[in-house]
Amino acid sequence: MTQTGLFGAETLALHAGQTPDATHGSRATPIHFTTSYVFPDADHAAALFNLERPGHVYSRISNPTNAVLEERIAALEGGVGAIAVASGQAALHLAVTTLMGCGGHIVASRSLYGGSHNLFAYTLPRFGIQTTFVDPRDAEAWRAAIRPETRLLFGESIGNPALDVLDIPTVAGIAHAAGLPLLVDATLVSPALQRPFELGADLVMHSATKFIGGHGVAVGGLLVDGGCFDWEASGLFPTLTEPYDGFHGMDFAEESPVAAFLLRARREGLRDFGACLSPMNAFQILQGLETLPLRMRAHVDNTNRIAAHLAAHPLVEKVAYPGLDAHPDHELATRLLPDGCGAVLSFDLKGGREAGRAFIGALRLFSHLANVGDAKSLVIHPASTTHFRMTAADLAAAGIGEGTVRLSVGLESSADLLTDLDRGLHAVGKLNKA
Amino acid sequence: MDILIRQQACRIYTGGRNFDRNLPCVVLIHGAGHDHSVWNNQARHLAHQGFGVLAPDLPGHGSSQGTPLPSIDAMADWLLEMLDALGVAQASLVGHSMGSLIALAAAARATERVKALILVGSVAPMPVAPALIEAAASTPARAHAMINQWSYSPAAQLGASASPGTSLLDINLRLMERQAAGVLASDLRACNSWTEGLARAADIHCPTLLISGERDQMTPARAVKPLCAALVNAAGGARMITVAGAGHAMMAEAPDAVSDAIRGFLRT
Repeated sequence: MTQTGLFGAETLALHAGQTPDATHGSRATPIHFTTSYVFPDADHAAALFNLERPGHVYSRISNPTNAVLEERIAALEGGVGAIAVASGQAALHLAVTTLMGCGGHIVASRSLYGGSHNLFAYTLPRFGIQTTFVDPRDAEAWRAAIRPETRLLFGESIGNPALDVLDIPTVAGIAHAAGLPLLVDATLVSPALQRPFELGADLVMHSATKFIGGHGVAVGGLLVDGGCFDWEASGLFPTLTEPYDGFHGMDFAEESPVAAFLLRARREGLRDFGACLSPMNAFQILQGLETLPLRMRAHVDNTNRIAAHLAAHPLVEKVAYPGLDAHPDHELATRLLPDGCGAVLSFDLKGGREAGRAFIGALRLFSHLANVGDAKSLVIHPASTTHFRMTAADLAAAGIGEGTVRLSVGLESSADLLTDLDRGLHAVGKLNKA
Repeated sequence: MDILIRQQACRIYTGGRNFDRNLPCVVLIHGAGHDHSVWNNQARHLAHQGFGVLAPDLPGHGSSQGTPLPSIDAMADWLLEMLDALGVAQASLVGHSMGSLIALAAAARATERVKALILVGSVAPMPVAPALIEAAASTPARAHAMINQWSYSPAAQLGASASPGTSLLDINLRLMERQAAGVLASDLRACNSWTEGLARAADIHCPTLLISGERDQMTPARAVKPLCAALVNAAGGARMITVAGAGHAMMAEAPDAVSDAIRGFLRT
């Protein structure tokens, strides 16, 4: 990936946000397992509460281990700061509730992770926040769906599981013309493959559970503020531009023109909703983050081989992977994802649902489970698992067929993975002959 | 708060407390291509410790209207007009980098109105590398990268930020990018062309403190000494404090040390 700051991504992934601790010289990031922090004296305590002095008060709001993770992802993304939360869903919820309340409206890509779709389609309406879903490739649909009460546009860098590439510059342009920010879920690409702020996004979120952690041992989420959006100029965000009685009467945009969103999200969202990340999880995610650029290169290499292999196989109807020439977003991907299109792909087997079941049942290396972004290869049948709440029409609109299989390609030997997939395809062949 | 100065709206940050002109007044003046938010920690600290704080966005900067004033003297005049507009008879002036030159110029011309002077990351004269001025005018992104390279100590260039979860270098980039086209180049030219600093220093009679960063590459501690020596008439002699480990962006790198130095000096 291109180096845009003082240090390359490989260096930032190892060092950003941390220096050896002054007391013991620990090289690795210590795990600060503490709920709270001793005040040196009463004046210092008051100064911390008044934001006269930076520092930690209570680990729901901030924690030194989490702060390393937050600063590191911010440096990798090129954002002004980040907030580590309990999951990717907590990051999405924190973003939405920082920007709007009852009466708010979101325009979202209809090609989303099932959990995000559920939040927008079923849960947020209960709190008075509506969402209009649009075809992410239809610029006019994004524009037409914006209403006076719209406060956010949302999409995934690469949609899940149809693998459509979000045209971030175009959608960001539409958002900005309406005085609105664009939030991008960059979970499937990570900052090793795409830095959405450089393409026009205003906020970025990750399920750190996936590629950023990489090991599949810790659930966590990250919300990053790009610091570019002018909340005052927009005039649509009183939560950021008017005094907030719940926190020192602070006008967040006056307080910090570039980090107003981050400030409110931490001081209100983390404090009141409380979806904080355990420092143990932050430490584990940091261990993965250290090798993210290296791992993503290997993920992409394996995935390119597998995508080409599947695309050429007679039992595969179609493969959805933007790295393939035949993918409708391939040209866009070469511009927005020049270092690779990640390690998730989906494909349709000839034989529909039963073929999908036979295929998954025959695999030995690919683990059948509901996750992506592990160092180990994973497989799932979305229609019966991650997206089971969606109607057939919604499934079709999101590009998911009854027999669609999704792979998250890991870091095993590519030869071994191809052998495993051939084992599954052989089972499909036997089923189709029967 | 927003007030009108010369018929143009001016944003003045007051540290999270309403400005009270009956309290000892402290003016915090930002540097080139910046706005009031570089003083967030210090402004909040002073405002909660019994001072009336004024941290303006200079004309054409941040949320203040207008275009950047072309010279340090013009900025000093504007600053004194701001005090007039708010009915402030006397204030302590604290400036960072370009802001320190503005504070020095204002204190030299309005000696009765300035109670104390604190110059942070300051040298006089303040020559600016021609390559930086040229980049600021033609390719701001290159200028911003140069400034980030020179403004932070080696440790701060990788973190860890004193403010949990923030990337100081990215905050500084966004702050500079947010200013209108030409603002940074105009500011840097103003710094470069104001060559009267050492002469004006002799006109300063109020207590004066210079705060420098041990790892400051923009205004290195050794380069501060001629200015310190020129402040011969400062009450009690000019004092100098070096902030351990900090670079030019010391208010962000070492917020508590800078806040304590300012408050400690103003309380003496």
